[in-house]
Amino acid sequence: MSENPNNWPLWEVFIQSKRGLDHKHVGSLHAADAEMAIENARDVYTRRQEGNSIWVVKSEHIHSSRPEDAESLFDPADDKVYRHPTFYTVPERAKYI
Amino acid sequence: MTDVKNLEELFQAKIDAEQKIEPKDWMPDEYRKTLVRQISQHAHSEVVGMLPEGNWITRAPSLKRKAILLAKVQDEAGHGLYLYSASETLGTSREKTIDDLLSGKAKYSSIFNYPTLTWADIGAIGWLVDGAAIMNQVMLCRTSYGPYARAMVRICKEESFHQRQGYEIMAVLAQGTPEQKEMAQDALNRWWWPSLMMFGPNDADSPHSQQSMTWKIKRQSNDELRQIFIDRTVQQAEVIGLSVPDPLLKWNEERGHYDFGPIDWDEFWNVVKGNGPCNKERLDARNKAHAEGQWVRDAAVAHAAKRAKRKEAA
Amino acid sequence: MAMSNPLFQYTLRLGDDLLILSHRLSEWCGHGPILEEDIALTNRSLDHLGEARNLLTYAGQVEGKGRTEDDLAYRRMERQFTNVKLVEQPNGDYAHTMARSFLFDAYHLPLMQALLKSKDEQLAAIAGKSVKEATYHLRASSEWMVRFGDGTAESHQRAQAALDDLWTFTGELFESDDVLAQMTQAGIAPDMAAVKAAWSKTVDEVLAEATLKRPADGFMATGGRKGMHTEHMGYILAEMQHVTRAYPGAEW
Repeated sequence: MSENPNNWPLWEVFIQSKRGLDHKHVGSLHAADAEMAIENARDVYTRRQEGNSIWVVKSEHIHSSRPEDAESLFDPADDKVYRHPTFYTVPERAKYI
Repeated sequence: MTDVKNLEELFQAKIDAEQKIEPKDWMPDEYRKTLVRQISQHAHSEVVGMLPEGNWITRAPSLKRKAILLAKVQDEAGHGLYLYSASETLGTSREKTIDDLLSGKAKYSSIFNYPTLTWADIGAIGWLVDGAAIMNQVMLCRTSYGPYARAMVRICKEESFHQRQGYEIMAVLAQGTPEQKEMAQDALNRWWWPSLMMFGPNDADSPHSQQSMTWKIKRQSNDELRQIFIDRTVQQAEVIGLSVPDPLLKWNEERGHYDFGPIDWDEFWNVVKGNGPCNKERLDARNKAHAEGQWVRDAAVAHAAKRAKRKEAA
Repeated sequence: MAMSNPLFQYTLRLGDDLLILSHRLSEWCGHGPILEEDIALTNRSLDHLGEARNLLTYAGQVEGKGRTEDDLAYRRMERQFTNVKLVEQPNGDYAHTMARSFLFDAYHLPLMQALLKSKDEQLAAIAGKSVKEATYHLRASSEWMVRFGDGTAESHQRAQAALDDLWTFTGELFESDDVLAQMTQAGIAPDMAAVKAAWSKTVDEVLAEATLKRPADGFMATGGRKGMHTEHMGYILAEMQHVTRAYPGAEW
């Protein structure tokens, strides 16, 4: 995204707010290197005790699926109802299943 | 052409169904342009907005107030950053966006071209300026562009203390010595009208508004938001014994709203065009910081490159 | 300056250092070299201010005359402030600001670590909170020294100039006097020789990585602890105190 090599590159920031939870994308920032990206992320995105752990990755390394592929990628899951537990009937008396 | 038309229909259908638009989705050029303009203006406003308040940090009259003000102005920097992030998802680099600010091409909220003359101005800004901004921002939490909406949710959560701290400053001054009360009233007198202007021109004179509403970038009109702001703020002023500087202000039982006097739009446009009391100072300060920071940014890049090279060699 | 209450005087100097450094750093707010750095620097200023408030509040309690943090910050004149001269030095360019913080952080961290074991429980408790912040501050300012020293020719030259300018103010950090001697003897203040050794080691390591030269120990400035400041101090206080002094007795 930054055409000029003298600009600090763009990084995407992922914060884990509590131990045990997923790291969640919160936004982006600019930094010259990974260390600085983590420190900047700490100052920018965790000013209110939101953080337990930080991941940063250069934005250019993120590849995303194309919106126009959404149907072919995700619709095939629609008819696979047997992947969900509610698909199955079990005798009412059976417990813990 | 039919393709684009189809895409536009699909796009509008998504918006009508309250689905968020995400960065890689197809969007009309005009939608993208409007967003880039609005988000970057918004970001610039946060960053330029640091200046009038920032210049009181070193003069805050108690250590508690100083800490609050520092935290608040820092939040504005953070909010600018969230918004620059959101605008970068639309394919414009931060550098380009900031260059437009520094060259004077891009606009920012005119309110920040007014000077902060006394400590009470810090109260008035928090109460009125942040109060007006937050009305807009709450609305924008539901804006149709995903990254913008998400940035706004974060911002609204953090801004909630900004208005209260400003109101508290005013309340303390209004209950203080006669000089302090006078200081508070003077600040209210000076910031009231510019705050009302923050909502933008009247709906009838706001050409882009209708399209922005259809695209659900905006979800309430300028006049609607302005009216709600006035209704709430007049009551808040009464509670702390200050009076709103508008002789025509009057409760209208029938409308269920306050009627208010005419806004001086000549003043508004004059400030927008660059003739406000502090336009030059604000831009000069941003340009100076940017220019003096150049060698710092360069050093960090040079060092990162050296380190990467060494790592490769090892 | 009677020696009647060395704990008060000792706590006050710790607080004054942080108050004045925080003040200087806060001058950057809105003017940083890039938005991310602006935010980082403000965090640093806020951390110092928080610690200063704790210390000044405690100093007021120790003194026992009912003075609050604000009385101590806003109602003393230059001669009553006991911070070291290092922290009142102007921001200069970003290299000066960072070098000033680096030289201070490298002292502040081991000092706070040592104060964890202070016989004064309140100081130990304040240090407990500060150690975490100080660890982060030192890491960040060290990284900037390295970036500058091992960055571009210009940044190297600026960083070296900043170190050379500020070096004369580092002696005061470790200066001994009656207040400190009494506090050390009482087990309240730590052994400053150990703090100095830690400081010196950090400085050597970081400057080596930064390819910067450690300036020679020449003449060392002194006087801050006795209220003999550089001329900058008066301007800092004029700015900081003018509102409160213009409205005596007012609440804010």
